[in-house]
Formats: sequence, C-alpha cells, structure tokens
Amino acid sequence: MKKIVMNVEEIERSLTRIAYEILEKNRGAESLILIGIRTGGVFLASRLRDRISAIEKREIPFGILDVTFYRDDVATLHKKPKPGRTDIPFSIDQKKVVLVDDVLFTGRTIRAAMDALIDFGRPKMIQLAVLVDRGHRELPICPDYVGLNLPSSLWEKVNVHLSEHIGKDEVVIEEEG
Amino acid sequence: MKLRHKDILGMKELSPEEIHLILDTADSFSEVSTRDIKKVPTLRGKTVINLFYEASTRTRTSFEIAAKRLSADAVNISTSTSSVVKGETLIDTAKTLEAMNPDIVIIRHSASGAPHLIARLVRHSVINGGDGFHEHPTQSLLDMLTIRRKKGTLKGLNVAIIGDIAHSRVAHSNIYGLTKMGCRVTVCGPAPMIPRDIEKLGVAVSSDMEEAVRNRDIVMMLRIQFERHQASFPSIREYAKFYCLNRERLEMAKPDALVMHPGPINRGTEIAPDIADGVQSVILEQVTNGIAVRMALLYLLSGGSS
Repeated sequence: MKKIVMNVEEIERSLTRIAYEILEKNRGAESLILIGIRTGGVFLASRLRDRISAIEKREIPFGILDVTFYRDDVATLHKKPKPGRTDIPFSIDQKKVVLVDDVLFTGRTIRAAMDALIDFGRPKMIQLAVLVDRGHRELPICPDYVGLNLPSSLWEKVNVHLSEHIGKDEVVIEEEG
Repeated sequence: MKLRHKDILGMKELSPEEIHLILDTADSFSEVSTRDIKKVPTLRGKTVINLFYEASTRTRTSFEIAAKRLSADAVNISTSTSSVVKGETLIDTAKTLEAMNPDIVIIRHSASGAPHLIARLVRHSVINGGDGFHEHPTQSLLDMLTIRRKKGTLKGLNVAIIGDIAHSRVAHSNIYGLTKMGCRVTVCGPAPMIPRDIEKLGVAVSSDMEEAVRNRDIVMMLRIQFERHQASFPSIREYAKFYCLNRERLEMAKPDALVMHPGPINRGTEIAPDIADGVQSVILEQVTNGIAVRMALLYLLSGGSS
C-alpha cells in the first residue's frame, strides 16, 4: 500500500511558502544560516537557500550536518550507522540558524542536531523547518515552519523522495510489511 | 554493513568491503579534528585501554586522542611502571584488565601473535597496535586513507615499499592490505632484509632501488629496525648509499608520486631531509589521518546489544 500525499507541485509550493515565512519571521535574511540534516534535509535546505537567495538577491550560507555522532542510541547499537561528513565551513556564533529536515517524527534527530550545533558555537537562535510533520513526538520539540501536517499511524512509514536523491519529487505514506 | 569480527588483529583478516567501510567511516570522523571543539559524545561511557609493551609515541598518543575525541575514557598502561615488572604474565595482565570491564583494549607487543592470543581469551574487543614483525593494521589503514584522499582511489596504483621488509610489521600489513585493494606492490631492500618467498604474497621483489621507484605512484620508505637486528648492523652509510630516498631517486617515480613513511624517520639514513620535508611528502598527513582511522575503529568496534 503506497499513497502519495504530496506531489512535485505541492512540494515546490510548500518550499516557496516556507522560504517567505523564514524571511517574514526573521525580517529579512540578515545573519541567517541554513543547515540541512543529512540526507533528506540537505537537498531541501539547498532548495530553500536558492529561493531565499533569489528573493533577497544575496548568498545565504549553507551547511550540512550529520547527527550520527550525537544520536542517543549509537552506543548501544550493535550495527553502527555509517556516519556522513559534516560540513559547516563558517562560524555560527550570533547567527540565526534554520535547521532543515525532511520528516519530523520522534524529535530525537532534532535533539541530536541541536547538541551538535552547540558544539560548533553559540547561535543567536535555532529554528526548525520540516517538509512533513507526522507527529508522535517523544521529546518536547516543535517546528517553526511546516510544509505539511500529516497525522500518521506508528506502523506507517512516511518517505520523502527527492529528485536529487531518488527518482522524482514526492512524499509517500507506506504501510510496513 | 558491520565488521565481521570483534577484533582488529591484522589486514590479512579484513575483507575489501570491511576496509572500505573503515575508510569511509574515517573520512567522516576526520572533520571532528578540524573543529574548535574537537569532541563528540559518541562513545560516552566506553572504556579504552592502551596496553603497550613496546615504546611508542605516535600510535599510543593517536589512540588516546581518538578515544578522547569520541568522549570515551582512555587509560594508558606502560609496562615499565606496571605489574609486568613484578613478573606477571601477559595472559594474567590481560585477564586482570578484562575484570575491570573495558570495551576495547589496544595491545602492542614485541611477540608476534600476542594480540591474537589475548583476543581469544577475553570478551572485549582487541586492536593490534603492532605485534613483533607481524602486523600493524592501523598503520596500514591510515596509509590507505592518506593514499585514497590524495589519489581518489587505491585501485591500480603502483606502490614501492623500500627498506627493512623482513622486520617491518608495517610492510607486512601494507602488503596484505594494498594488494587486496588492487594496488601493484614492489618491495625493495638489501637481500638480508627481504624475507624468502615474499613473492607468494603477490608482490614483486627488487634489490635495485631505481628500478623499484621507477614510474611508481607511491614510494613508501621504512625505518631500519635496529632494535630487531640480532647482530650489529653492518654500515648505515653503505645502506644509505644504496637505499636512501634522495632527490635523484625520487625523480624516477611519477612526477606526482607521494612519499610516505610510518615514522619515526631517520633523516639521512632511509630518507633525505629535503625529501622528508618536500612537497611530495605526506608524512605528517599520515599522522593526522591516523586519528581519524582510529576513531573509526573504536566507533565500529564499540559493541552494544544486537
């Protein structure tokens, strides 16, 4: 069972809206930084960066964060997840950091990402943008920008497919098994 | 994908897939050492013990820094100040340490096979930090990471390993590792330093340094293991005359050839000072990459429930 809950156009429109919301909330792009969480968040952050840069006519710094080293289950996992490379080639001190991820679920990835960011410096604030919020939080984390609120069951899988990664742009909901 | 064994004992036991996994993981860890705050919480609460029965600066320090940058607790035991001087056997020392519940113990010993013996007797992971003339797998892995980062790949490269092959565990580990990864390896040195039948490991042998260096992508120099030569060494000057890597000999290699050395270097004996400090030398990058490789191994071995 596979159901498409967002198609190409819907994803594009959501990202455009989020780009404007980020600029509205922060009153422009002054000291704004976008950081994508590996893997899905990186492509979304890069697309948001292109939109915001085009609107504001200036380059917005863009970084990549891998949270594997900060996961709360990594010490107890027998099969270790393969870490990716973090690339934040600028200071985040006193910057407004927008973290970008594809799906917000338990909130544990975002907790790990915030701990990682604090090790890189002292941002002025951290905001969170996600394409899909599927609920089921296990930590007190709330996104600032959401593409789609998607109430889901625990046994369902929500996958964001992006053309940079796999095939075409779509968000699908799949039942496990 | 995960490692098949609880221990890292030698390059002989690792598959090409495992080597790729270790190198890819090390690539990601190398970024941590470039940060202002060079520490991640990944191995919080894990205990790593360095049990070194032989002198070491870089390997022991590198493992200690790797453990600390992962937030593990690192303990160093140097045998001159331990119960070893009171007559305790290697096995008794290892079992005593096991009773303190470490997660990973790194063992360096002058007897070939010592880490293998201990690995069979204990529950925790063992990493071979160098055993006798046998193997030094973490050195080989950091050499491979250095080559891969500079050349993009290991496959198809021509490598010359020059010096005291017979007494060098670095040479043995690199012969196993590099041939497995698709390099063509030539070993070169004076006849008494070349083990008989070394060709059976899939390497070419040469006693002429110029022939060994010609058109190579990598020139890897080795220190003479004076401490492992039973009789006194005939003549350092004579050795240097035939086997020192100088400007003239390096020019026989490819123009972009890398010069490597596991250290410590003896300037003027196996490598000329201007070559050790020259643009083609990656000797200090090898040291930097050693920390990333050891972080990757500690990470991949640090158990957990299945």
